[in-house]
Amino acid sequence: MSRYLLRRLGSAVITLWLLATIVFVVVSVLPSNVGRQILGPFAPQEQVDALNHRLGFDRPIIIQYLQSMRRVFTLNFGESYTSGAPVNDVIFPALWRSGKLALLAFIMTIPVSILAGIIAARRQDKLSDRAIVNLGLATSSIPEFVSAAVLLSIFCVHWKLGKAFANPPDGATIVQQLQYLWVPALAMAITYFGYLARMTRAGVISAQHSDYARTATMKGMSSSQVMRRHIMRNALAPTITVISVQIGYLFGGIIGVERVFNYSGLGSTMLIAVGKRDIPVLQGAVLLVGIIYMFSTLAADLLIAALNPRVRLEVSK
Amino acid sequence: MTITNPDNAVKAPASSALSVTDLEVVYNVRGIPREVLRGVSFHIAPGEAYGLVGESGCGKSTTAYAALRYLPRNGRIVGGTVSVDGQDVTAMSNERLREFRARDASMVYQDPALAMNPTLRVGRQLIESFTLLGQSKTDAEKSALDALRKVRIADPERVMDRFPFQLSGGMQQRVVIAMALACDPKLLVLDEPTTGLDATVEAEVLDLVRVLRQESDAAVLLIAHNLGIIRSLCDRVGVMYAGRIVEEGPSAEVFDSPQHPYTVGLLRALPRRGVRKTERALATIPGLLPLIGSPLPTCVFLDRCAIASELCHTTAPPLVAIGDGTGRFSRCHHVDRIGEIQETPVSVDIAMLNTSAKGADVLELTHVSKTFHQRNLAIPALVDVDLSLGEGETLGIVGESGSGKSTLAKTLLGIEAADEGGSVSLDGHFVAPLTTGRSADEKRSMQMIFQNPDSALNRSWTVRRILMRSVEKLTGIKGDEANTRVEALAAHLRLTPRHLDLKPRQLSGGLKQRVAIARAFAGDPRIVVCDEPTSALDVSVQAAILNLLADLQSEKKTSYVFISHDMGVVRYLADRIAVMYLGRIQELGPTDAVFNGPNHPYTEALLSAIPNVDGEERVRIRLDGEIPSPANPPSGCVFHPRCPRAMPGVCEVSEPPLREVEPGHLMRCHIPVEQLVEMQRTPTQG
Repeated sequence: MSRYLLRRLGSAVITLWLLATIVFVVVSVLPSNVGRQILGPFAPQEQVDALNHRLGFDRPIIIQYLQSMRRVFTLNFGESYTSGAPVNDVIFPALWRSGKLALLAFIMTIPVSILAGIIAARRQDKLSDRAIVNLGLATSSIPEFVSAAVLLSIFCVHWKLGKAFANPPDGATIVQQLQYLWVPALAMAITYFGYLARMTRAGVISAQHSDYARTATMKGMSSSQVMRRHIMRNALAPTITVISVQIGYLFGGIIGVERVFNYSGLGSTMLIAVGKRDIPVLQGAVLLVGIIYMFSTLAADLLIAALNPRVRLEVSK
Repeated sequence: MTITNPDNAVKAPASSALSVTDLEVVYNVRGIPREVLRGVSFHIAPGEAYGLVGESGCGKSTTAYAALRYLPRNGRIVGGTVSVDGQDVTAMSNERLREFRARDASMVYQDPALAMNPTLRVGRQLIESFTLLGQSKTDAEKSALDALRKVRIADPERVMDRFPFQLSGGMQQRVVIAMALACDPKLLVLDEPTTGLDATVEAEVLDLVRVLRQESDAAVLLIAHNLGIIRSLCDRVGVMYAGRIVEEGPSAEVFDSPQHPYTVGLLRALPRRGVRKTERALATIPGLLPLIGSPLPTCVFLDRCAIASELCHTTAPPLVAIGDGTGRFSRCHHVDRIGEIQETPVSVDIAMLNTSAKGADVLELTHVSKTFHQRNLAIPALVDVDLSLGEGETLGIVGESGSGKSTLAKTLLGIEAADEGGSVSLDGHFVAPLTTGRSADEKRSMQMIFQNPDSALNRSWTVRRILMRSVEKLTGIKGDEANTRVEALAAHLRLTPRHLDLKPRQLSGGLKQRVAIARAFAGDPRIVVCDEPTSALDVSVQAAILNLLADLQSEKKTSYVFISHDMGVVRYLADRIAVMYLGRIQELGPTDAVFNGPNHPYTEALLSAIPNVDGEERVRIRLDGEIPSPANPPSGCVFHPRCPRAMPGVCEVSEPPLREVEPGHLMRCHIPVEQLVEMQRTPTQG
C-alpha cells in the first residue's frame, strides 16, 4: 500500500515538473517584454531595463528556468508583477473560493444525479428513463455560461433570490455565503447532472445484466436487495472516476460561470493573469490546479480500490 | 413397434418434481412477439436427472430459465404450465416466486467466475444463501462451512475468506454448487456447468455432481452441448429443435439408436468412436436452423429432413411412443424409416489424405523456449520444444489452460519472439523470430485461423474487402486480378458470390469461420495454425468446417497445427498429437499411438477425464491439486505433484527427458515404458 502511494506520488512529482516546464516554455516563447508590460508604454527605457534586471529577465534562459523550478518546488511563487503582492496571497484565497463553489456544486449534483441514474436504469426504456436520459443530454449540452446567464437573470435579477455578484463580503456567515453561492453552484451542478446521471445509469444497467446479479436473484433476493447488496458496489466505479476528474476541472474553475457571476475564483485569477502576463500568478495557479487534479485522481483510484478487492489486492502488494 | 396414443405420452407422472407442460415462450423482437418455445413438455421425477440437448437457438436454455421463471426482459410465457413439486411457477406472485427460488429451486451456471459477485468475499455470498432462508447470522455461517465441506472443499474457513477471483475455476464452480444446494432444492438446474473448464477440472465437477445426486433427491435438469456429459450424468434426455422436444428417452438408448432424423444428424456430425479423417467425412445437416419466430406449422425439422414425405408437409407429427413402454418418444411421422437416412455425400478426397508417407518437413522447431517477464519475475511459458511438421500433415496440440498451446502457436508464427537459442525453420531455412523480420513470402506461408471469427474479422468491412486485402497483402496481386482471385477463393470455400458483399455480422457463425479460413488461405499458405477453430460452433457446423479443413488439406497439401481441447476433434483431424503441460511437451506421437497407449500419466488422466457420448468410459484417473503456476514450476518432472504414478525419490529430483518409447512416439516420463504398459493394462470398457 505505502509502496503504491510512493509510486503514485513519485509519478505526481514528475507530472508537476512537466507541467511547470510547459508553463515556463509557453511563457518564454511569448514575445513580450515583461518590464514594458508592467510599467506601461510611457516609462523610460532605463526603468524598464532595471525592472527586467531585477526580475531576472536579462539572465540566460537556463538560469531563468532553474529559478522558475525553484519557485515551483518550494511552493513560493514570488510576487505578482502587477500588484506586487506575494503570489500565494493571491492564489490560495482564490483556491479557497473555488473550493467552496465546487463543493457546493458537488453537494447539489452528486446525490441527485446518482439517484436519477439508478431510477433510469431500473426503469430502463420506460417513460421515466427516457425523461431522465433526455434531460441529462439537454443539460450537459448547454454550455455552462449560457445556463449561468439564464439562471442569473431568473434567480438574481427577476426573483432576487440570489446575488448577481457572487463574491460574499468578508466575514459573511455560512448561511450568507450560501445565498451568494447557490446560483453559480446550481449552474455548475446542472452541467454535470446529465453526465453523471448517464454514467450511473450505464453502470447500473451493465451490473443488472451481470451473471452475479442473476445469481442473487435466483437465490431468492428481492430486486431492491440485489440492487443494494450486489449491484451498487460494482456499478459505481465508472461514476466515481468521472466525478474525480471533474473535481480538478471544477477547481480549475468553470471560468464561464465565474465570469458571469464576477466570482474571483482560481479560473478568473488565471484568466486575469494571462491577460496581464502576470507569470508568477499564472504559474502558481496552473500548478495548483495540477496538484488538485493529481490528488483527486489518486483519491478516486483509492476509492475504487476500496470498492473492488481485485484492485485493492493489486494495490496493497 | 407400437404407437400409443400421443396424449398418454406426455401425461405427468403424479410424483414429478418438475413438470413442464405445453410451455410456450415468446421473445419480443422489435415489437413483434417471436415464438421460441412451441409447446415443450417433459417431466422429471424426484432424484432423476434429465438432460436437454440441441444446438444453439433450439430453446434449451430458455426452457431451463423459464422453469425458474427467469426470462429476459423481452421474454414472456404465453402458454402452458411449469410446476415444481406441485406448485405452479407460472402463476406465482412475485413474493411467492422469491420464496420459491430461495427454498425450492436452484441453479448452477456456465461461467462460475462471473456468477459470483467479484467484490464480495465467498463467505459473505454463501452465508447470504442461508440467511435468506431465515437463519441467523451465526447459524448461516456454520451452514456455509458445512456446505463447503459437502462440495469437498478442503480448508473451508480459508475459502470463505477469499474473493471469487482468488479461486480456481473448479473451486469457483464448487462454491456455486454449494450455494445452489443451500436450500436442499427440489429442482436443480445446471446450465452448461462445465463449459469453459479444463478437461480434468470438468471431470472433477461432474464427479462431484454424481456424488451429490446420491445424497439428495433433487430433480436435476442439465443443459449441455456436450453430449458425452449428458450421457454420463443423465437418466433421460430430451433432444430439442426449434423450440420443440423432438425426441425423448433414456440417454444411452437415444444416443445409441436415435429415432428422429435430427438426432440422427446431430450424432453423425460428431467425430465419435475414434473416427479419423482418413476413414470418412463427418456428416452435416443440410440447411440452417429456422430463425426464431418463423412460422413452422408442421414438423419443425421439415426443411432439413432427408425422409420428409407429403404427410410431413401437411400435418404436424405428434410425439409418439416407440417400443413397448420403455419411455422412448419421437416427434416423427416416419420413425420406421429412420434407417433410410443416408450419410450426406461429401467430396473430401480421402485417398489424398491417406498418405502415410508424409512429405519433407516444412516446419521445424528446435529448442524453442519462450519466457515472459513480469515485474522481475521470469515466467517460462514454453520450455525447450522440439517439433517438426511434414507437408500435408496435421499436428494436434492438446493440453489444459496454461499449458503453453497458444504461446507455441504465437512463437512459431512470430507474434512472440522465441528466447535466444531456439530456432524456427521453414522449408529447411531459419526464419527470424518475429514476423517483422520475416520476408513477405515467409509471412504468406504461415497463417492462422482463430477461435472466434467475430473478433478476427473487421466488422465494418464486406467479405470481399476483407479477402481482397488479404490477397493483396499476401500475394501482391492487385486490382481486377485480385478480385478474380477473391472470387475463386470464395467459391473454393463454398461461399456464394452473394456472401462476398455482406458484412460479417450478416453471416452465421459457420459462414464467418469460412471467411476467416478463406482469409488464411488467400496466399496459399504452407502452414496454417488453427486455434480452437470450431469450439464456438455448433456440432453440425463444426462438422462442415472440419470437412472443409480436411478437404483443403488434401488438395493443397497444407500442414496444420491444430490446437483444440476437444479430443474427438483432434483425433479426427490430427495425424500426430503433442500433449503439453506447463509449457513442456509431455507426449508426442501418432494419433493412434496416443489414443491406444501406453501413455504419459498426464495424457492418461486427460483421456480418462473425457465424457464419452458412446458410453465407453475409461478408468477415471483423478488428479489431485491444481495446475501449478508456470512462474513457479515444481521441481523435477513438472507433473510429479499431481501424478498418480509418481515415483518418490526420482520424479521430484530430475526432469525426465523426452525419449522415444516406440518409433515416433515420445514421452517425458521416468517410468520405463514396459511398466507403463503394465499399469495401464486395465482395458477400456466397451
